[in-house]
Amino acid sequence: MPGASSLLTPRGWAWFLGLGAALVIGVPLLNALPPAGSALQLPDYLVPLLGKYLCYALLALSLDLIWGYAGILSLGHGAFFALGGYAMGMYLMRQIGTRGVYANAELPDFMVFLNWKALPWYWWGFDHFAFAALMVVLVPGVLALVFGWFAFRSRVTGVYLSIITQALTYALWLAFFRNDMGFGGNNGLTDFKDIFGFDLHASSTRRGLYVASVLALGLGYLACRFIVASKLGRLLRALRDAESRVRFLGYSVDHAKLFVFTVSAVLAGIAGALYVPQVGIINPSEFSTANSIEIAIWVAVGGRGTLLGAIIGAVAINFAKSWLTGSLPEAWLFVLGALFVLVTLAFPKGILGVTGQLRGLRGRGAPPAPVPGEEGAP
Amino acid sequence: MFRCVLSALVALLLLPSLAAAADLKQLVDQLGADDFAAKIQAVQDIGALGDGRAVAVLRSLNDGALYVTADHRVVLAQPEGDHFKTFDPLDGTPLGEAAADALDKVLVNNRLRGAIDAALGSLTLVGGRLQDRLSAAQEALKHPAADGGAALEKALAAEKDPQVRAAFALALAAARVGSGSREQRLAAVAELAQSSDPQVRSVLTQQRDAADLDPELRRAIDAALSAVEGRLKLIGFAVTLFEGLSLGSILLLAAIGLAITFGVMGIINMAHGEMIMLGAYSTFVVQQLFRAFLPPQWIDGYLLAAVPVAFLATAAVGIALERGIIRFLYGRPLETMLATWGVSLVLQQLVRSIFGATNQEVANPSWMTGGFTLIGGATFTRNRIVILIFCFAVLGALALLLRRTTLGLHMRAVTQNRDMSAAMGIATARVDALTFGLGSGIAGMAGVALSQIGNVSPNLGQIYIVDSFMVVVFGGVGSLLGTLAGAMSLGIVNKLLEPVAGAVLGKVVVLVAIILFIQKRPRGLFALKGRAAES
Repeated sequence: MPGASSLLTPRGWAWFLGLGAALVIGVPLLNALPPAGSALQLPDYLVPLLGKYLCYALLALSLDLIWGYAGILSLGHGAFFALGGYAMGMYLMRQIGTRGVYANAELPDFMVFLNWKALPWYWWGFDHFAFAALMVVLVPGVLALVFGWFAFRSRVTGVYLSIITQALTYALWLAFFRNDMGFGGNNGLTDFKDIFGFDLHASSTRRGLYVASVLALGLGYLACRFIVASKLGRLLRALRDAESRVRFLGYSVDHAKLFVFTVSAVLAGIAGALYVPQVGIINPSEFSTANSIEIAIWVAVGGRGTLLGAIIGAVAINFAKSWLTGSLPEAWLFVLGALFVLVTLAFPKGILGVTGQLRGLRGRGAPPAPVPGEEGAP
Repeated sequence: MFRCVLSALVALLLLPSLAAAADLKQLVDQLGADDFAAKIQAVQDIGALGDGRAVAVLRSLNDGALYVTADHRVVLAQPEGDHFKTFDPLDGTPLGEAAADALDKVLVNNRLRGAIDAALGSLTLVGGRLQDRLSAAQEALKHPAADGGAALEKALAAEKDPQVRAAFALALAAARVGSGSREQRLAAVAELAQSSDPQVRSVLTQQRDAADLDPELRRAIDAALSAVEGRLKLIGFAVTLFEGLSLGSILLLAAIGLAITFGVMGIINMAHGEMIMLGAYSTFVVQQLFRAFLPPQWIDGYLLAAVPVAFLATAAVGIALERGIIRFLYGRPLETMLATWGVSLVLQQLVRSIFGATNQEVANPSWMTGGFTLIGGATFTRNRIVILIFCFAVLGALALLLRRTTLGLHMRAVTQNRDMSAAMGIATARVDALTFGLGSGIAGMAGVALSQIGNVSPNLGQIYIVDSFMVVVFGGVGSLLGTLAGAMSLGIVNKLLEPVAGAVLGKVVVLVAIILFIQKRPRGLFALKGRAAES
């Protein structure tokens, strides 16, 4: 087992399992056990909200894996997230059955509305969860594989790659807006009723989805940790810093990048699939270029190349967004814009790097550096 | 089809000499007849009389404003309270009032409306103003008269204006294709074959599909059809080409600043779209200032003033951006992208807070409104032509700047090799700031152009930003020629694909094509060669 020993330190495992247990057990318990209205009770609306943040965290994690460790800044990661979400949304649409407005057993409402006669072939199989789950992984994965193969093979790097990924999500955004694509056009997929026969609006189902999100995030974190701690992880960091040199040393740079890019897309797809049942809708706006760029700022704020930072950044910024768009809607874009500038100019290592940066400053101010064993002042 | 039957019926029932003898007033009263056949007859007769006064009568009949009195006279009536005011239908002199139950409305059905249209057409052919006569000729071409165009013949003989004469001749030929001797019809087909009016195509198609057609005539019609269609296709292609060039010129204006800054500094300015937006808002502000403080006859000049104002304003913002943020991020292009994206969010929200989220209205000056209509219904709007010219003027000025000035020399040097330029004593930091200002200023001028063809809103920049990136990626950086080729080919390909695949799908196809194109040439169409290419 290469790297298994360095996956997490014993202290790291303790933190990981403790925090995970607190999230998996504590939140549902606080929601379910105390009587409604008591000060201890976690309100019902907070559970899917937390679940949503965790999905964003998984998405940020997937971007950090490629940006922080391989230097691939994808500005189209929202596309993989949305594709996973659409696959899940299609399954949920099929679960509605005859309970739609038109009570059509064969077709979803929007197809009846558009006068479609038969279910398009790409909707076949989505009645079964197993198939949908496979598609959640396969569709983003294959797209990333094909796209990455083309891009990395011809050595499209840096800003060029960022722009091309942006074009990818823009193209999908335009395409999914079309009604004749068969994905509900502008309105997307919504009005879901239940998942595996459980009512989506019941608080128990919401707790279940929340727990699934925590588990997915935990497993995703471990998977990323495993990759970056392995020999491949070291190769990735090397090619991030000097791609040509790694290539000349005889490593297959393209394959390493392709692998990690595909894994990242799959993680993003899973995040999207968990996101959709908790927010209850998926529409083309998830493909918008602005959404995808925002993911990058979650990662940057938390701290690139740390994995943990991506999670912290995603949760913190989305919490701030929920709060600010509610109380000061005008200010949100100013804050977000300022964050972009500030984090790139002043805190390139993000929240997790701030302590190190401060220590570095202090070290520079006071010549006898009191921290042994740390890389303090340069 | 129905018109043919109708006219044949009328011709059988009524001898023209009878109609000519009848007095107009008498005929108008016949409009009050009970059955529709009689009414249609009356309308036909009125049309044949060629009296200009009849136009108003027929229009009121069409609008359902004619009524029959108890003594079988037809009057024009307007409801007023519970009774009607009546007028003479011919000259509009008031006749007094009538109770509502004393009048019967002259009912109109679709067959009668057809007859009214035909009669109105032949009436306006002679009597109307130039514009009316032209549109009557076009109407006659659309619905060729079955009688061989006797009215048109008369009108053509009386007509002096060459444009109207040509239109009459065409309509006459269209009418003669369907009737008359074989020789006459063949001659008419030959005349129609010279035309490039889309209407002629439908006239010919209609004739060809008619039953029991003479084979020689059919061959002639087929030949004429293919000639007309070939010409129409050519015109259609010219229109598409123009639309493509117009879109390309807009893309070029939007992208060229981006290409320069990318070429010189190796960074992508995500706030470039907002520079365009600021330029458009500068135009709006200049327009409002002209409206508020200058005499109204000067308003047409606002656009000329807006160009330098927009250039200077956005260039100042660009230089501030470069000095304040970007220069701290050199060597980190990805971070620069994110930081400039943040700036773009702030600028959008700032403009939204100041001007509001709604679209602002920027009027075209009078010298930019309207357009030129060519044969075949192709229209070239004047604002797009002006933008096309403006775009090339900007491109020319930029080429001069790059080739003939010291700043241009320095910019080219830094593009090719930054370290060597610095070693040769070029102040690269100053070049960077000026380049960024120049790129932003050109974006501002693009905003002036865009304000003339679209809405001015805080999101204006976002619409064009991905497209401009595509132009830069496609054309390659650091070369005006590449940007020109990239913008024009993207514009034209987009417009060529639109009718085939639809606007949205066409764009998706273009995007996918570019992503694939990058495989072949990862640095664009006109990539810099040699050491400069390896960054």
